[in-house]
Amino acid sequence: MKKITVNDNILKWEENMNINVILQRMNYTFRMLVVKVDGKLVKKNDYNSTIVYPDSDVKVIHLISGG
Amino acid sequence: MNKIEFFSKHDPKIVPVLQRATIGIAGAGGLGSNIAVSLARTGIGKLIIADFDKIESSNLNRQQYFIDQIGMPKVIALLENLNKISPFTKYQMHEIKLNEEKIPFIYKDVDIMVEAFDKAEMKTMLIETWLTNFPDKPIIAASGLAGWGKNDLLHSRKIDNLYICGDEETDLQTGISPMAPRVGIVANMQANLVLEILLKGFNADGRG
Repeated sequence: MKKITVNDNILKWEENMNINVILQRMNYTFRMLVVKVDGKLVKKNDYNSTIVYPDSDVKVIHLISGG
Repeated sequence: MNKIEFFSKHDPKIVPVLQRATIGIAGAGGLGSNIAVSLARTGIGKLIIADFDKIESSNLNRQQYFIDQIGMPKVIALLENLNKISPFTKYQMHEIKLNEEKIPFIYKDVDIMVEAFDKAEMKTMLIETWLTNFPDKPIIAASGLAGWGKNDLLHSRKIDNLYICGDEETDLQTGISPMAPRVGIVANMQANLVLEILLKGFNADGRG
Protein backbone atom coordinates (compact mmCIF):
# COMPACT_ATOMS: atom_id res chain seq x y z
CA MET A 1 0.00 0.00 0.00
CA LYS A 2 1.31 3.44 -0.92
CA LYS A 3 1.02 5.81 2.00
CA ILE A 4 1.70 9.30 3.34
CA THR A 5 2.18 10.55 6.89
CA VAL A 6 -0.11 13.25 8.27
CA ASN A 7 0.85 14.59 11.73
CA ASP A 8 2.59 11.28 12.38
CA ASN A 9 -0.50 9.23 11.38
CA ILE A 10 -0.30 6.86 8.38
CA LEU A 11 -2.82 7.61 5.63
CA LYS A 12 -3.45 5.60 2.43
CA TRP A 13 -2.16 7.48 -0.60
CA GLU A 14 -4.55 8.13 -3.53
CA GLU A 15 -4.05 9.29 -7.12
CA ASN A 16 -4.23 13.10 -7.42
CA MET A 17 -4.29 13.50 -3.67
CA ASN A 18 -4.30 17.25 -2.95
CA ILE A 19 -4.28 19.05 0.40
CA ASN A 20 -8.08 19.42 0.51
CA VAL A 21 -8.49 15.64 0.02
CA ILE A 22 -6.05 14.98 2.85
CA LEU A 23 -7.91 17.36 5.19
CA GLN A 24 -11.17 15.55 4.30
CA ARG A 25 -9.71 12.07 4.86
CA MET A 26 -8.34 13.19 8.25
CA ASN A 27 -11.71 14.76 9.17
CA TYR A 28 -9.94 18.05 9.86
CA THR A 29 -12.59 20.76 9.80
CA PHE A 30 -10.50 23.57 11.32
CA ARG A 31 -10.61 26.88 9.50
CA MET A 32 -7.22 28.46 10.24
CA LEU A 33 -4.39 26.15 9.29
CA VAL A 34 -0.74 26.11 8.46
CA VAL A 35 0.15 23.20 6.17
CA LYS A 36 3.66 21.94 5.39
CA VAL A 37 4.57 19.15 2.99
CA ASP A 38 8.09 17.75 3.42
CA GLY A 39 9.07 20.95 5.22
CA LYS A 40 7.66 23.31 2.60
CA LEU A 41 4.81 25.71 3.38
CA VAL A 42 1.63 25.28 1.29
CA LYS A 43 -0.56 28.40 1.30
CA LYS A 44 -4.35 28.15 1.46
CA ASN A 45 -4.82 29.25 -2.16
CA ASP A 46 -2.65 26.32 -3.26
CA TYR A 47 -4.47 23.53 -1.36
CA ASN A 48 -6.29 22.30 -4.49
CA SER A 49 -3.36 22.54 -6.85
CA THR A 50 -0.80 20.93 -4.52
CA ILE A 51 -0.65 17.19 -5.29
CA VAL A 52 1.02 15.03 -2.68
CA TYR A 53 3.17 12.00 -3.62
CA PRO A 54 3.64 8.68 -1.80
CA ASP A 55 5.82 8.83 1.35
CA SER A 56 5.23 12.58 1.77
CA ASP A 57 5.34 13.91 5.31
CA VAL A 58 2.41 16.30 5.83
CA LYS A 59 2.06 18.51 8.90
CA VAL A 60 -1.19 20.31 9.61
CA ILE A 61 -1.15 22.90 12.39
CA HIS A 62 -4.47 24.25 13.66
CA LEU A 63 -4.33 27.85 14.89
CA ILE A 64 -6.89 28.71 17.56
CA SER A 65 -7.86 32.21 18.72
CA GLY A 66 -6.90 33.31 22.22
CA GLY A 67 -3.94 35.19 23.59
CA MET B 1 22.15 49.29 39.13
CA ASN B 2 24.98 46.81 38.72
CA LYS B 3 24.64 44.39 35.81
CA ILE B 4 26.78 41.66 37.37
CA GLU B 5 24.65 41.76 40.51
CA PHE B 6 21.39 41.80 38.47
CA PHE B 7 22.36 38.58 36.70
CA SER B 8 24.17 36.99 39.66
CA LYS B 9 21.66 34.09 39.77
CA HIS B 10 22.48 33.15 36.15
CA ASP B 11 25.35 30.96 35.04
CA PRO B 12 27.85 33.69 33.98
CA LYS B 13 28.47 31.82 30.71
CA ILE B 14 24.91 32.28 29.45
CA VAL B 15 24.58 36.03 30.14
CA PRO B 16 26.57 37.21 27.08
CA VAL B 17 24.65 34.78 24.84
CA LEU B 18 21.33 36.19 26.05
CA GLN B 19 22.59 39.79 25.88
CA ARG B 20 23.58 39.32 22.21
CA ALA B 21 20.11 38.04 21.23
CA THR B 22 17.34 40.02 19.56
CA ILE B 23 13.84 38.58 19.90
CA GLY B 24 10.70 39.72 18.06
CA ILE B 25 7.29 39.65 19.74
CA ALA B 26 4.18 40.18 17.57
CA GLY B 27 1.40 41.43 19.82
CA ALA B 28 1.46 42.92 23.34
CA GLY B 29 -1.68 41.38 24.83
CA GLY B 30 -2.02 38.36 27.13
CA LEU B 31 0.77 36.41 25.50
CA GLY B 32 3.03 39.26 24.38
CA SER B 33 3.07 41.26 27.64
CA ASN B 34 3.87 38.12 29.66
CA ILE B 35 6.55 36.94 27.19
CA ALA B 36 8.19 40.40 27.23
CA VAL B 37 8.29 40.53 31.05
CA SER B 38 9.90 37.07 31.25
CA LEU B 39 12.45 37.74 28.52
CA ALA B 40 13.40 41.11 30.04
CA ARG B 41 13.98 39.45 33.42
CA THR B 42 16.06 36.79 31.66
CA GLY B 43 18.40 39.38 30.14
CA ILE B 44 17.68 39.21 26.42
CA GLY B 45 19.68 41.99 24.74
CA LYS B 46 16.92 43.47 22.62
CA LEU B 47 13.16 43.01 22.27
CA ILE B 48 11.24 44.29 19.24
CA ILE B 49 7.52 44.48 20.07
CA ALA B 50 4.57 45.65 17.92
CA ASP B 51 0.89 46.15 18.77
CA PHE B 52 -1.72 48.69 17.63
CA ASP B 53 -4.18 48.29 20.52
CA LYS B 54 -5.00 50.39 23.59
CA ILE B 55 -5.45 48.96 27.10
CA GLU B 56 -9.04 48.24 28.20
CA SER B 57 -10.18 47.25 31.67
CA SER B 58 -11.04 43.76 30.35
CA ASN B 59 -7.34 43.21 29.56
CA LEU B 60 -6.29 43.34 33.21
CA ASN B 61 -7.54 39.77 33.84
CA ARG B 62 -4.41 38.40 32.14
CA GLN B 63 -2.17 41.11 30.72
CA GLN B 64 0.80 42.75 32.46
CA TYR B 65 -0.77 46.22 32.80
CA PHE B 66 -2.16 48.32 35.63
CA ILE B 67 -5.38 50.26 36.33
CA ASP B 68 -3.74 53.66 35.79
CA GLN B 69 -2.63 52.52 32.30
CA ILE B 70 -6.16 51.93 30.94
CA GLY B 71 -6.56 53.86 27.68
CA MET B 72 -2.82 53.96 26.95
CA PRO B 73 -1.37 52.31 23.84
CA LYS B 74 -0.15 48.86 24.95
CA VAL B 75 3.37 49.33 23.59
CA ILE B 76 3.80 52.61 25.51
CA ALA B 77 2.52 51.10 28.78
CA LEU B 78 4.60 47.94 28.28
CA LEU B 79 7.74 50.01 27.70
CA GLU B 80 7.01 51.85 30.95
CA ASN B 81 6.66 48.54 32.82
CA LEU B 82 9.68 46.87 31.21
CA ASN B 83 11.86 49.87 32.06
CA LYS B 84 10.88 49.34 35.70
CA ILE B 85 12.02 45.70 35.49
CA SER B 86 15.37 45.81 33.71
CA PRO B 87 17.62 48.45 32.14
CA PHE B 88 19.75 45.65 30.64
CA THR B 89 17.42 44.97 27.71
CA LYS B 90 16.90 47.41 24.81
CA TYR B 91 13.23 47.82 23.94
CA GLN B 92 12.12 48.80 20.44
CA MET B 93 8.35 49.40 20.40
CA HIS B 94 6.11 49.85 17.34
CA GLU B 95 2.55 51.15 17.66
CA ILE B 96 1.40 49.58 14.43
CA LYS B 97 -0.98 46.95 13.01
CA LEU B 98 1.22 44.22 11.56
CA ASN B 99 0.62 42.79 8.08
CA GLU B 100 2.49 40.82 5.38
CA GLU B 101 4.45 43.91 4.27
CA LYS B 102 5.41 45.30 7.68
CA ILE B 103 6.45 42.04 9.38
CA PRO B 104 9.59 41.36 7.25
CA PHE B 105 10.61 45.01 7.60
CA ILE B 106 10.18 45.43 11.36
CA TYR B 107 11.52 42.01 12.36
CA LYS B 108 14.28 41.48 9.77
CA ASP B 109 17.07 41.52 12.40
CA VAL B 110 15.60 39.19 15.05
CA ASP B 111 17.13 35.83 15.91
CA ILE B 112 13.78 34.30 16.89
CA MET B 113 10.18 35.43 16.25
CA VAL B 114 7.47 34.91 18.87
CA GLU B 115 3.81 34.94 17.78
CA ALA B 116 1.61 36.55 20.43
CA PHE B 117 -1.61 37.46 18.63
CA ASP B 118 -5.15 36.88 19.82
CA LYS B 119 -6.95 36.06 16.55
CA ALA B 120 -6.33 32.82 14.64
CA GLU B 121 -6.35 34.69 11.30
CA MET B 122 -3.46 36.88 12.46
CA LYS B 123 -1.54 33.87 13.83
CA THR B 124 -1.82 32.11 10.46
CA MET B 125 -0.86 35.29 8.56
CA LEU B 126 2.25 35.78 10.71
CA ILE B 127 3.40 32.15 10.46
CA GLU B 128 2.91 32.07 6.66
CA THR B 129 4.69 35.42 6.25
CA TRP B 130 7.54 34.28 8.47
CA LEU B 131 8.06 30.87 6.85
CA THR B 132 7.97 32.53 3.41
CA ASN B 133 10.45 35.33 4.24
CA PHE B 134 12.71 33.76 6.88
CA PRO B 135 12.48 29.95 6.52
CA ASP B 136 15.75 29.49 8.45
CA LYS B 137 14.78 31.54 11.51
CA PRO B 138 12.70 29.94 14.29
CA ILE B 139 9.16 31.10 15.00
CA ILE B 140 7.36 30.16 18.22
CA ALA B 141 3.55 30.32 18.08
CA ALA B 142 0.72 29.63 20.55
CA SER B 143 -2.49 27.75 19.83
CA GLY B 144 -5.13 26.67 22.35
CA LEU B 145 -4.88 28.34 25.75
CA ALA B 146 -8.37 29.52 26.68
CA GLY B 147 -10.15 28.44 29.87
CA TRP B 148 -8.65 27.01 33.04
CA GLY B 149 -7.19 23.77 34.38
CA LYS B 150 -6.12 20.92 32.09
CA ASN B 151 -2.42 21.51 32.74
CA ASP B 152 -1.52 18.15 31.25
CA LEU B 153 -2.96 19.03 27.83
CA LEU B 154 -0.45 21.86 27.40
CA HIS B 155 2.58 20.89 25.35
CA SER B 156 4.99 22.18 22.75
CA ARG B 157 5.91 20.59 19.46
CA LYS B 158 8.43 21.36 16.75
CA ILE B 159 7.78 21.24 13.01
CA ASP B 160 11.12 22.20 11.41
CA ASN B 161 11.66 25.82 12.49
CA LEU B 162 8.06 26.29 13.64
CA TYR B 163 7.29 25.63 17.31
CA ILE B 164 3.71 25.45 18.67
CA CYS B 165 2.82 25.84 22.36
CA GLY B 166 -0.64 25.24 23.84
CA ASP B 167 -3.24 22.47 23.92
CA GLU B 168 -4.03 22.85 20.18
CA GLU B 169 -7.73 22.19 20.90
CA THR B 170 -9.49 24.64 23.28
CA ASP B 171 -11.27 27.28 21.21
CA LEU B 172 -12.74 30.57 22.40
CA GLN B 173 -16.48 30.28 23.01
CA THR B 174 -19.11 31.58 25.40
CA GLY B 175 -17.85 30.90 28.91
CA ILE B 176 -14.36 29.91 27.74
CA SER B 177 -12.12 32.96 27.58
CA PRO B 178 -8.39 33.45 28.06
CA MET B 179 -7.47 33.71 31.77
CA ALA B 180 -4.28 34.72 33.56
CA PRO B 181 -2.93 31.30 34.64
CA ARG B 182 -3.24 29.39 31.37
CA VAL B 183 -2.26 32.37 29.17
CA GLY B 184 0.69 32.97 31.49
CA ILE B 185 1.76 29.32 31.33
CA VAL B 186 1.69 29.24 27.52
CA ALA B 187 3.42 32.64 27.25
CA ASN B 188 6.16 31.33 29.51
CA MET B 189 6.39 28.07 27.54
CA GLN B 190 7.11 30.28 24.52
CA ALA B 191 9.69 32.34 26.47
CA ASN B 192 11.23 29.12 27.78
CA LEU B 193 11.60 27.81 24.20
CA VAL B 194 13.39 31.05 23.26
CA LEU B 195 15.96 30.23 25.95
CA GLU B 196 16.19 26.58 24.87
CA ILE B 197 16.97 27.61 21.28
CA LEU B 198 19.43 30.36 22.26
CA LEU B 199 21.20 28.25 24.86
CA LYS B 200 21.46 25.05 22.86
CA GLY B 201 24.69 23.42 23.96
CA PHE B 202 24.51 24.72 27.52
CA ASN B 203 23.15 22.43 30.21
CA ALA B 204 20.00 23.69 31.96
CA ASP B 205 21.35 22.34 35.24
CA GLY B 206 24.12 24.93 35.19
CA ARG B 207 26.93 22.44 34.53
CA GLY B 208 27.28 23.43 30.85
